[in-house]
Amino acid sequence: MALKLYGAAMSTCTCRVLTCFHEKSLDFELVPVDLYAGEQKQPPFLAKNPFGQIPVLEDDDITLFESRAITSYVAEKFKGTGYDLIRHENLKEAAMVKVWTEVESHRYNPAIVPIVFQFLVAPLQGNSPDQTIIDANLEKLAKVLDIYEARLSSTKYLAGDFYSLADLHHLPYTYYLMKTPAASVVNERPHVKAWWEDISSRPAFKKLTEGMNYVRK
Amino acid sequence: MALKLYGAPMSTCTSRVLTCLHEKDLDFELVLVDLFAGEHKQPPFLVKNPFGQIPALEDDDLTVFESRAITSYVAEKFKETGYDLTRHQNIKEAALVKVWTEVESQQFHPAIAPIIFQFFVAPLQGNSPDQTIIDANLEKLGKVLDIYEAKLTSTKYLAGDFYSLADLHHLPYAYYLMKTPAASVVNERPHVKAWWEDISTRPAFKKVAEGMNFGEK
Repeated sequence: MALKLYGAAMSTCTCRVLTCFHEKSLDFELVPVDLYAGEQKQPPFLAKNPFGQIPVLEDDDITLFESRAITSYVAEKFKGTGYDLIRHENLKEAAMVKVWTEVESHRYNPAIVPIVFQFLVAPLQGNSPDQTIIDANLEKLAKVLDIYEARLSSTKYLAGDFYSLADLHHLPYTYYLMKTPAASVVNERPHVKAWWEDISSRPAFKKLTEGMNYVRK
Repeated sequence: MALKLYGAPMSTCTSRVLTCLHEKDLDFELVLVDLFAGEHKQPPFLVKNPFGQIPALEDDDLTVFESRAITSYVAEKFKETGYDLTRHQNIKEAALVKVWTEVESQQFHPAIAPIIFQFFVAPLQGNSPDQTIIDANLEKLGKVLDIYEAKLTSTKYLAGDFYSLADLHHLPYAYYLMKTPAASVVNERPHVKAWWEDISTRPAFKKVAEGMNFGEK
């Protein structure tokens, strides 16, 4: 097995893939990419991902980028190994996983990313968190989480009563959100909060959280 | 076959699904949702999609929403029918389709959607297109299309020398873009322009494009 993941331990998108590897109990090599030196924007790396972003997966002669394409590829290629993240034997459940994976991509992610950026990345660039941006996006995120609250009142996880890739994709950005005052948007919604506590305490994710900090060691 | 698609013919996301259904030669019923009456935000429809957006697909007792989840579901369920959009028999090609499908979702879509909104939707709400928003997003879109230009210099389509779901997902928003002054962002890039001319003249899309107008005939 020759899975090589180029990324960084604190990176949300790298962690999305690492969590997936651990759920599938896969062997892999993590090749660190030096973000502070801008390695991801330089030609050797750009040959792997022309968009200049981590992570990138090399599986023998296949090179993949976009974390959700990588997790989807891994979950499918290794569907018989480890935890079944995509419910491949049940067409209806598999369809629900697709739906809620897209919900994370198009409803959840656009609202949470600017919040996490303001709290975590802006200070590294010498700026204070912009409260206007945070507030505007918290309002959007709250509306999305109202729908999650209703959904999670009838199913234990997003796609059904089973943990899936759809839930997993939420882990890294939410982990960082929960370290900020914006955590209230989760804590104020009991079913969302319970869901968060469940998915964030899965061993495959807990393995990573040690590396998930933005303090330069 | 009991495929029922709830949507509207001028809607980008409905058109994304309609194109896929045509590529697969599938029978289906299009059930019109009255957007101007706000039908998609009212309880009968919210049961199908709690986010209150079209399209939604009913396949017997299964309801699927998010257009890219619907296309993925349809392309997989009917992989032996009509055109093969996901390259299911070739793991490497299938992986690249996943990558470039995510590129559309995460890189192309966030840049193009605000431009289309300003040109086509803002006027319906009584506002002029906001040129600042258009310009800022055209700058982002230009950078994305520079990468597409390089990619399409070495392959005929995005995932390889074969048309796939990754290309298809670009059709509806790009179609509307090409009706605006912002079309130059495509026309100035010869390989992107040739790719656009190819994918937009496929019969499956031409059928759908006939319904794609906001009343500006």
